[in-house]
Amino acid sequence: MTLPPVETDLPTERRDPATDKRHRRAERYAEAASAGWKVWLVKTAALAIIDAAAVYATMVLAASDQWVIAGIVALVTVAVNVVYLTPGLLPAKYLTPGLIFLLVFQIFVIGYTVYIAFTNYGSGHNSSKDDAVNALLLQSQSRLEDSATYPITVVEQNGVFSLLVTDPETGDAEVGNSEAPLEPVDAEFSGGKAIAAEGYNTLQFAQVIANQKEIGAIAVPVSDDPNDGYLRTTDGSSAYLFTSSLQWDPDADTMTDSRTGVVYRDIGTGAFTADDGTELLPGWVVTVGVDNFVRAFTEESIRGPFIAVAIWTFVFAFLSVATTFVLGLFLAIVFNDPRMKSRKYYRVIMILPYAFPAFLSALVWAGLFNQDFGFINQVLLGGASIPWLQDPLLAKIAILIVNLWLGFPYMFLVTTGALQSIPDDVTEAGRVDGASVWQIFRYIKFPLLLVSVAPLLISSFAFNFNNFNLIYMLTGGGPRFADASINAGATDILISMVYKVAFVGQLRDFGLASAFSIIIFVLVGVISYISFRQTKALEELN
Amino acid sequence: MKVNTKGALGFGALLATSALLLAGCAGGGDDEGSSGGGDASAKLTVWVDANRVDALKDVAAAFEEEKGIEVELVQRDFTKIQADFAAQVPTGKGPDITVGAHDWLGGFVQDGLVAPIELGDKAAEFQEVAIQAFTNDGNVYGLPYATENLALMRNVDLAPEAPTTFDDMIAKGTAAGVQYPFVVGLDPANADPYHLYPFETSFGNSVFAQNADGSYDGSQLTIGDESGLAFASWLGQQGAAGTINLNLTQDLSKEAFNSGQTPFILTGPWNVADAEAKGINVAIDPIPSAGGQTAKPFVGVQGFYLNAKSDNALAANEFLVNYLATEPVQTALYEAGDRPPALTAAYEKAASDPIIAGFGAVGAEGAPMPSIPEMGAVWEFWGVAEVAILKGEDPAATWTKMAEDIQGNIGG
Repeated sequence: MTLPPVETDLPTERRDPATDKRHRRAERYAEAASAGWKVWLVKTAALAIIDAAAVYATMVLAASDQWVIAGIVALVTVAVNVVYLTPGLLPAKYLTPGLIFLLVFQIFVIGYTVYIAFTNYGSGHNSSKDDAVNALLLQSQSRLEDSATYPITVVEQNGVFSLLVTDPETGDAEVGNSEAPLEPVDAEFSGGKAIAAEGYNTLQFAQVIANQKEIGAIAVPVSDDPNDGYLRTTDGSSAYLFTSSLQWDPDADTMTDSRTGVVYRDIGTGAFTADDGTELLPGWVVTVGVDNFVRAFTEESIRGPFIAVAIWTFVFAFLSVATTFVLGLFLAIVFNDPRMKSRKYYRVIMILPYAFPAFLSALVWAGLFNQDFGFINQVLLGGASIPWLQDPLLAKIAILIVNLWLGFPYMFLVTTGALQSIPDDVTEAGRVDGASVWQIFRYIKFPLLLVSVAPLLISSFAFNFNNFNLIYMLTGGGPRFADASINAGATDILISMVYKVAFVGQLRDFGLASAFSIIIFVLVGVISYISFRQTKALEELN
Repeated sequence: MKVNTKGALGFGALLATSALLLAGCAGGGDDEGSSGGGDASAKLTVWVDANRVDALKDVAAAFEEEKGIEVELVQRDFTKIQADFAAQVPTGKGPDITVGAHDWLGGFVQDGLVAPIELGDKAAEFQEVAIQAFTNDGNVYGLPYATENLALMRNVDLAPEAPTTFDDMIAKGTAAGVQYPFVVGLDPANADPYHLYPFETSFGNSVFAQNADGSYDGSQLTIGDESGLAFASWLGQQGAAGTINLNLTQDLSKEAFNSGQTPFILTGPWNVADAEAKGINVAIDPIPSAGGQTAKPFVGVQGFYLNAKSDNALAANEFLVNYLATEPVQTALYEAGDRPPALTAAYEKAASDPIIAGFGAVGAEGAPMPSIPEMGAVWEFWGVAEVAILKGEDPAATWTKMAEDIQGNIGG
């Protein structure tokens, strides 16, 4: 195949090669001299910005003890500097920004999802063990019934904070801290409240606030018996008598309920567990191995809906592609016929559903399908009362109808393009050989069309497989399965079910949702792989 | 002159990356405010929704002036606060204080996200139901500022007198000669247990048994008992008679009331302003009883939670107990949100408005919506069962199965 000569706007006078070479060299020098310092300046400025930002980020991260991320930022910065400061390495200069984005937005996200899938992360297990212990202790302390409010002043001696307490009954001043129980002290009073004591410095509010973590943690025992409770302050000006029902023993790693005497131990399940199996929540995040995957496939109340949803996902994706493709192709053929008048305007109208945001369309359709007040029942069906979105089967049909409406313009567009690219002489040849119109379409046009459209059909399948917006906006996945232990419904597809498991309601299970996500990823990946292998066979037509 | 396009492209990408890095750092820098406590210039971060930001500006300024601690009000979308708070607190970020609804409490406590606050003697200054709502296992976990509940909104021009019972209401509504005798906004797929609950309580039914302190006992599910079945059969009759229509959504029912097509709507304070704007002459009545006993709606309470991992616990407590629990602040919050204040003094002031007094009187009868985590399982089955009954399924069987499913889910 020969290409037509490319027209250039350069003057095409002939020069002899030597002059030509000299000219070119001179041009190169000139360019290097003029553009070089500008390029260098831009490059230095950009690198300086990046390095400054990275140094700052590393410092901030290091200050908040995020060593891993700080290390990564530092490494990446060094790598960027190396790439852009070494001459040559041209491919790397182009690929580096993309690679960084790929790492941050793709690889990391996928990796993290995989990690979560192997943990029990979710409601009641969302943080570290230390946090869980703190939360349990906070929650287990309660104010002693009908105990009085103790006016206090925070005082300090040799860097140790104490509470200067005015006994609400006797009006005497006492001082104490976590280590030392209350003991009487000489104090000066103001309005019946001790405000200063001999040998102690009284803290102003700002100083209290500056040390609020330590001061908030002071628990002053009121006597030698721990069951009498202890005084704690929550605001720095008054203290209350608290008792705690849970005792934390860090050495034995146990929580003991002082009211019942039950001992809760850490048995590796991510929560303190008593011998009879009752758990104290909050717990913490632990890795649970393949538990989540095992649950998805074995626990009856999850497996049932999971399999039903998976089947519907395939059916939905396949039928969506099939119906939109058939309708789009039919319309494309019709509008491709030269006998059709004013095709342009029809085509514009055909594209309209594609131009509306799918979010909006789904919401509008949900209103149209309302059983008693929707346009479809009221106007089109003369006041019929068809439960479009409440009946499992009808809801599925409604979803397919809406998706057909949303999806056929796309198929119409791509098939129009593919049809117009099929040369006319192929059909001519068929006609000369005496093939009928149907035969020409079936044996000539359609296979040629599939060559270019098949990959689009596969991607459309993958898109519909995860078409969250439509399901969420139109039916919300309902009507719900009445007997499922996870929140799933008859029209849920896998992705909307994952969303509900992870983010809807009070019982969130990020671990299970991540496991589902990985299963979806594997499914879509395998299907796409097999399908693309199949389309290779089509390519041999050409 | 030719431009070195290759180089320009590369640098463009480089610049974009550096800009992104910068943006990332700027984003990362924001979190310092909530985690960098411990210095004398401590800062309180408070999440508030759009309606209440302005109402809190004055008190934040006053706190800063008197205590020298800056209060940063961060405006958040209310619908996202629960999830964001739950996601950010465990990572050590998140605000010191957030605005929220009391029914999040069970989940928050289970996740260890919120710390108890000690109201001391101030507890008595609040409406009892408000303190009850924020109580979990004997501790108070939030500072309430407003209560909200359903009541019957009546179009005085169409129905001059308040109805005494549900049947009386339907009769009065039919006599008014408009399209619907009575509307309540439901959802075709999930009904709306919240809106139907007052009728359920008028049969003497509740979801869980209540402990002495008003908190709910998650181990005692009472929804499936005799009184629940009586409600279910009544609901089936209403579905058949068409007095309660699943397909009248919130929007449609509101529209029907605001256009004078019905004299009665069961709704909350959030719809009053629109109805009045449409020129409807509104009165708020107690909810008519369907089963002979008092119809008690769920009371939802709005309040402020304290982050369990806050580094500024003392300052936050001071702000909550001694600043937000004061009459002027609660009144300002009421004016911003039109819901009865939780602080009794502020409520009494607000109750000069008959609308607020009407809702408040109904709410005083009500019990707080259960916030225990077990409630999550209830919502999931409750609405679906009500839909089935309204559509004509056998009420007793459906209701019993629902109770069994809930019990199984709580136990499981």
